[in-house]
Amino acid sequence: MNSFSRWFGRYALWIYSVLAFAFLLVPIVYTIVFSFNDSRRSNIVWRGFTLDNWTSVCESQGVCEAFGNSVLVGVAATLIATTLGTMIAIALVRFRFPFRNSTTLLLFLPMATPEVVLGAGLAAEFLTAGVQKGIGTVILAHTMFCISFVVVTVRARVASLDPALEEAGRDLYASPAQVFLRVTFPLLLPGIVAAALLSFALSFDDFIITNFNSGSFVTFPKYVYTAAARGIPAEANVIASAVFIIAIVFVVTSQVSAAARRKRLARQG
Amino acid sequence: MAFGAFASTATAPAEPVVRRRSRVALWLLLPGILYLALFFLAPLLSLVITSFQAPVEFGDIGQYQTAFKWENYTTVIGTYGPHIVRSFVFAATATVAALLFSFPLAYFIGVKLRRFPLLQALALTLVIAPFFISFLLRTLAWKQLLSDESWLVSSLHGLQLLPPGAHVTGTAFSVIFGLTYNFIPFMTLPIYASLERLDLRYVEAGGDLYASPASTFLRVTVPLAAPGIISGALLTFIPAAGDYINASRDFLGSTDTAMIGNVIEANFLVLQNYPAAAALSLILMVAILIPVSVYVVRSGTDDLL
Amino acid sequence: MAGSFAESGADLELVGITKRFPGFTAIEDLNLTIPAGSFFALLGPSGCGKTTTLRLVAGLEEATAGRILIGGKDVTTTKSFQRPVNTVFQSYALFPHMSVLENVAFGLKRRRIADATAKAHEALRLVELDHLAQRKPQQLSGGQQQRVALARAVVNRPALLLLDEPLGALDLKLRRQMQIELKTIQQDVGLTFLHVTHDQEEAMTMADTVAVMNKGQIEQMGAPEELYELPRTAFVANFLGQSNLFTGPVVTSTSTSIVVDVAGRRIEIPTERAQRHAGDVTVGVRPEKLMLHTSAPEEQPDINVVGPGRVTDVSFSGVSTQYQVAVPGLGSMVVFAQNMVFGPVVSLGAEVWLTWNTDHGFGLADDPADAPRFAADTDTHSLALQKREKLEAELEEA
Repeated sequence: MNSFSRWFGRYALWIYSVLAFAFLLVPIVYTIVFSFNDSRRSNIVWRGFTLDNWTSVCESQGVCEAFGNSVLVGVAATLIATTLGTMIAIALVRFRFPFRNSTTLLLFLPMATPEVVLGAGLAAEFLTAGVQKGIGTVILAHTMFCISFVVVTVRARVASLDPALEEAGRDLYASPAQVFLRVTFPLLLPGIVAAALLSFALSFDDFIITNFNSGSFVTFPKYVYTAAARGIPAEANVIASAVFIIAIVFVVTSQVSAAARRKRLARQG
Repeated sequence: MAFGAFASTATAPAEPVVRRRSRVALWLLLPGILYLALFFLAPLLSLVITSFQAPVEFGDIGQYQTAFKWENYTTVIGTYGPHIVRSFVFAATATVAALLFSFPLAYFIGVKLRRFPLLQALALTLVIAPFFISFLLRTLAWKQLLSDESWLVSSLHGLQLLPPGAHVTGTAFSVIFGLTYNFIPFMTLPIYASLERLDLRYVEAGGDLYASPASTFLRVTVPLAAPGIISGALLTFIPAAGDYINASRDFLGSTDTAMIGNVIEANFLVLQNYPAAAALSLILMVAILIPVSVYVVRSGTDDLL
Repeated sequence: MAGSFAESGADLELVGITKRFPGFTAIEDLNLTIPAGSFFALLGPSGCGKTTTLRLVAGLEEATAGRILIGGKDVTTTKSFQRPVNTVFQSYALFPHMSVLENVAFGLKRRRIADATAKAHEALRLVELDHLAQRKPQQLSGGQQQRVALARAVVNRPALLLLDEPLGALDLKLRRQMQIELKTIQQDVGLTFLHVTHDQEEAMTMADTVAVMNKGQIEQMGAPEELYELPRTAFVANFLGQSNLFTGPVVTSTSTSIVVDVAGRRIEIPTERAQRHAGDVTVGVRPEKLMLHTSAPEEQPDINVVGPGRVTDVSFSGVSTQYQVAVPGLGSMVVFAQNMVFGPVVSLGAEVWLTWNTDHGFGLADDPADAPRFAADTDTHSLALQKREKLEAELEEA
């Protein structure tokens, strides 16, 4: 008994962590499993395994259209937010300018404001201005909340960039434009890519702000929300599962290859 | 607020850079700042204006005109007082629950897995994995898993741990449970970020100076992780207080669990009572800004991002 | 100018250069001429303005006032990438996303010079690293990275090559080896090298001409031997090696020698080795020029004698032994004695006299009070203090 309690004491944290990870995965596994459910109208009770939902995912009314809309919005918002945010991040690290503290605060506040306030505020503005809600207003809204996250991500990368590298570029006969294209940009690229992926993920999964500003335009989360009252079709699970699997495979692959690179460097080190 | 914890490329900054003054800075900043002024600050302003509006006389539903009807605030507080209080109680409870859940996990990843970089990276991926699946679908999954027909609830009934006729979904418990689950990564990552940097020599020094493991933990480890805990608490509390998915009737809640987000949505999108929705939004915003500004003043603006 | 290789090194001329940063002045009215083909070292403590000078020449900073001429051509307003100047950076600044070869070819490609790759290989052969051309810089050792940085600069055949503490990150043994290599390469390619360093030994070993810089100005310039044997200011006397300095009024002054009275002792130096010949004058002598005597030596012409004093510290450092001798009225004096026999010549507490040839003395243009003694920074007390401050700073960061 004593030896058991000692064993437990040593491994308690491991046991807890494994259970915690399992807990975090429960609804994910549930969602993926039910993408294979041979469901009729609602996807609540398990009726048997089928691949039909995966093979004919677009047959369910509106799922694929909503998914396509989400991708479109995500790509547009990511492009704008990544461009604007990267420019701000460079300015924050590299330059002195007046109103620096106010600028930082302005970038911080959107992240510290509840989404429902951001959504209602934009909706109130569009209402006052008489702007018709639709894909345009959704992209505008998504870009807004993505910018700050891009700034945070890219800023870390700019801060870790040795300014001597850019000076070396200038010293070696590269014009300012060439220095940016051949030195600065390639070195910031990992940070910019990370920021873009984060933006896309935030935009793709956003429901609250979208709900206030989309009018009759339907994104994937909005489709799920509307369908929740009458039962979600299994095809929605298929799309969510597919997105999840692609994202996980991407992240894990990049981590494993990073680890391999570290190992190789260490060996040659 | 340790948002850097979410940036996978966050590395130790190089030598402090000599910042120059240049007009280039203006051109870099201007577009983004203008964008935020137009779509973040201006909306807040229109919320303020809307919150004082009065209905147009003999107008249709949803028609309002500019006024200074401050009674809108007293009206919504009178009508939705319980929802406002409930929001903060639920969010605070979920924050504490997420902290209790996250700290050991963050400690495990940040300290115990330190010697295994790949395993550490994969464990972090597991923590953020819920973010990769639709927020609404994972909440709905819990709804099914906690529904009356589910295996879990029926066995609780069978074991008489749950009185007959009692439900899990639609209760305060299930809403708080959903809020906790959905925002756990926001708590775990910042704590992980501060524990990952924790120099274990401090812990050894604690032991060396006659502190028991428990008191070393309380007096050395926890204080050193405090920045992460504070960031995590804010990052969990803010979205939880404004959330209306978990508390919604179609998800984990019922009409008895409606939070401030639910009434803002209902007033804005269903009842078209824009002034009430705007007033409620500003009440929520101000209530959130109180802890946030304490944080900003304490940490200084340079460390915000 | 960009577009062609410099046939050989060019002169560098700085005229009345001043550089002010917000809050402080880094360089004040600096005038300096570096002849073509020379290996010139700018030596000084950190914060003396030497790196700023180098960055001004490279075009990485803009001068507040003054002109910079390279090969007689005014480049003051020219941008960095348009100057025929290349730099070996302190941190090497090798591009981490490019291979070694791409790094070396970078400047050639920007100038659209034909056969960039072949020329890059040639430069890598010069530094004996051609076999690692395809590696990434992170995969090289510090010494190898340093050589790549050198090749990347030299390959462009700049009229002027700037070296910013290029050996600072290397360990002692590698540093010595690289010093010799750098010197050889400079002689091979015949370019003008401007080398910035705080390491006096490095400056003296490598450079033809050394300029000692302090507080934004050049204190003294000349061949290494000249600077060492005949320092003109207290700063140079103490920064370049160690010195024993005494101040007193001139009591006799002839065409061949002057005699200074220091606390009742007469110290003689040759007139041509003194900057000032009347009033209060500071004179000095290098520690290795001093001889220790255990009994009072006879008075002789051309020999200065001080003593008796007491040995307060003996520290053995291999080739020589350093003695601290407290001489009443003169303060503490430092003596280096070659270890010609086993063990110290005299022991702690012994009564000793010190002598030196009058030809070895020198007279300064200023007083020691004008400049802080940099040598004092290396005593154990201040070392301990520095270490403690560093630890505290680290703790605060964590």
